[in-house]
Amino acid sequence: MANPVSTTNAAWRGVRADFPALHQQVNGKPLVYLDNAATAQKPQVVIDTLSRFYERDNANVHRGLHALSNRATEAYEGARNRVAKFLNAADSAEIIFTRGTTESINLVAASWGGANLKPGDAILLTEMEHHSNLVPWQLIARRTGAALRFVPVLGANAEGGLDLAALDSLLTPDVKLFAFTHVSNSLGVINPAAELCAKARAKGIITVIDGAQSIGHMPVDVRALGCDFYAFSGHKMAGVTGIGALYGRRALLDAMPPWQGGGGMISVVEFQESKWKPAPERFEAGTPNFADAVALGAACDYLDALGRPEIARHDNALARLAYDKLSTLPEIRLLGPVGERSGLVSFAFPGVHAHDIVTFADEDGLALRGGHHCNQPLMHKLGLTSTTRASFYVYNTAEEIDILVASLRRILKFFGA
Amino acid sequence: MSSDLSDLYQQVILDHNKRPRNRGKLPTANRVAHGDNPSCGDQCNVYLRLEGDKIADISFDGSGCAISQASASLMTTQVKGKTAAEAEALFKQFHEIVTTGKEPEEISDLGAFAGVHLFPARIKCATLGWHAALNALHGDAAPLTTESHLD
Repeated sequence: MANPVSTTNAAWRGVRADFPALHQQVNGKPLVYLDNAATAQKPQVVIDTLSRFYERDNANVHRGLHALSNRATEAYEGARNRVAKFLNAADSAEIIFTRGTTESINLVAASWGGANLKPGDAILLTEMEHHSNLVPWQLIARRTGAALRFVPVLGANAEGGLDLAALDSLLTPDVKLFAFTHVSNSLGVINPAAELCAKARAKGIITVIDGAQSIGHMPVDVRALGCDFYAFSGHKMAGVTGIGALYGRRALLDAMPPWQGGGGMISVVEFQESKWKPAPERFEAGTPNFADAVALGAACDYLDALGRPEIARHDNALARLAYDKLSTLPEIRLLGPVGERSGLVSFAFPGVHAHDIVTFADEDGLALRGGHHCNQPLMHKLGLTSTTRASFYVYNTAEEIDILVASLRRILKFFGA
Repeated sequence: MSSDLSDLYQQVILDHNKRPRNRGKLPTANRVAHGDNPSCGDQCNVYLRLEGDKIADISFDGSGCAISQASASLMTTQVKGKTAAEAEALFKQFHEIVTTGKEPEEISDLGAFAGVHLFPARIKCATLGWHAALNALHGDAAPLTTESHLD
């Protein structure tokens, strides 16, 4: 069974062949790449788009009056339109290109947070946030005097997800902003983002969604979600590294101050002061990462050809299969929800550390991730120092889950666990 | 199992990982130091009673991979009863072993860690307990980290 989702869509037929990095041996075994939540592999069409841009169209954008600059500008702004369409944003000016999720969240924290937060205000987060949606808020909380509060995670293995019953009492009048992850990178839980945004919006609270783990794995419609900001990275959705975006509602962006200064973001510059352009340019100081943005547009095309509802079904089916098969291993602790989940499974064994597991699994050609997954406070709450994570994408198969389980059995036997 | 991996996970290491020696807090300790590997999340506390120049007693606790835990355990057995200078000489020898794979001329359990040099990312696991012990010896209160931007 190469693909657990039955589909008539021809794009799925050659899906493994589309990704050149998959076709190699590691330690004498075929590579089984299960580290997709960290970064996904790239289809040939994305790699080719990047190469072709550098081979033919490369020139700096916006300022040039020559042919190549015009082509590059068109390609860059075309990528912005493509990303806007990918997210169903109302306006392409609502898409700001950044280095990725982390920079997008830092932008909101520094610009919106810096202008709007004051002592006595609170920022609401959740206990399952990646460090990228925690540390930027710690920085701005310290700068502005705002407090940080957290929606609890329920269950000894976090199987209960967010404590939604506690949410109403946490959305107090002093809360100005609520930032949460769409899909947890360590638990695999899919948070009810539209419901969370609706509750916050009803109280006039700004919402920020960390979309790092949802963007490439399910349909994402920022207007249906009802969020104010949505941050994501390109490299987790089959795009290249170094590019991502921030979606922000136009009215909010136009009221926000710049967070970095430089060329490209100004309308008038004098010795003492300057005026700036509206969004998105206001937030893109300096030469933007146009080549990678163009490749990101190609990744959007690639994923839409597969169909994002089908990708979600595929990843979900693999994750549930992995959860069921892993649960047969002695003493395994599986984190996150039992049923519906996104395409990843994290687990721990009492007697074997995750780094030893990852080192051994590498010998079987498996690429896994072990550690705290940038979730140190959550790991601490669950009484864990580290977990091992297998995360799936469009090219993974049910056979690869069998290889994972067989490898883990061998490792447990070796360590006598 | 490949020979590289069996070099890394030698019997001595597996044994110390499973049955760590001198594990737990030391109530009579007069020196304590903490070490961590932020990217792994490995932690190691070393508790040490220094009498004059001599390590009269030593223990450790913490969490981490088999390499880090076994290394800290073995370290305590090696330096107990030694002077500070002798402990430092042992660490120098150990560091040479884990970075070059050259086993010591005299037979020593430290040689079990020679396989670490084939896994450069694991060198900092093997040295974590030793660094913490030396910091405790020097009375260095600052938390120790084995990370640099090159790790």
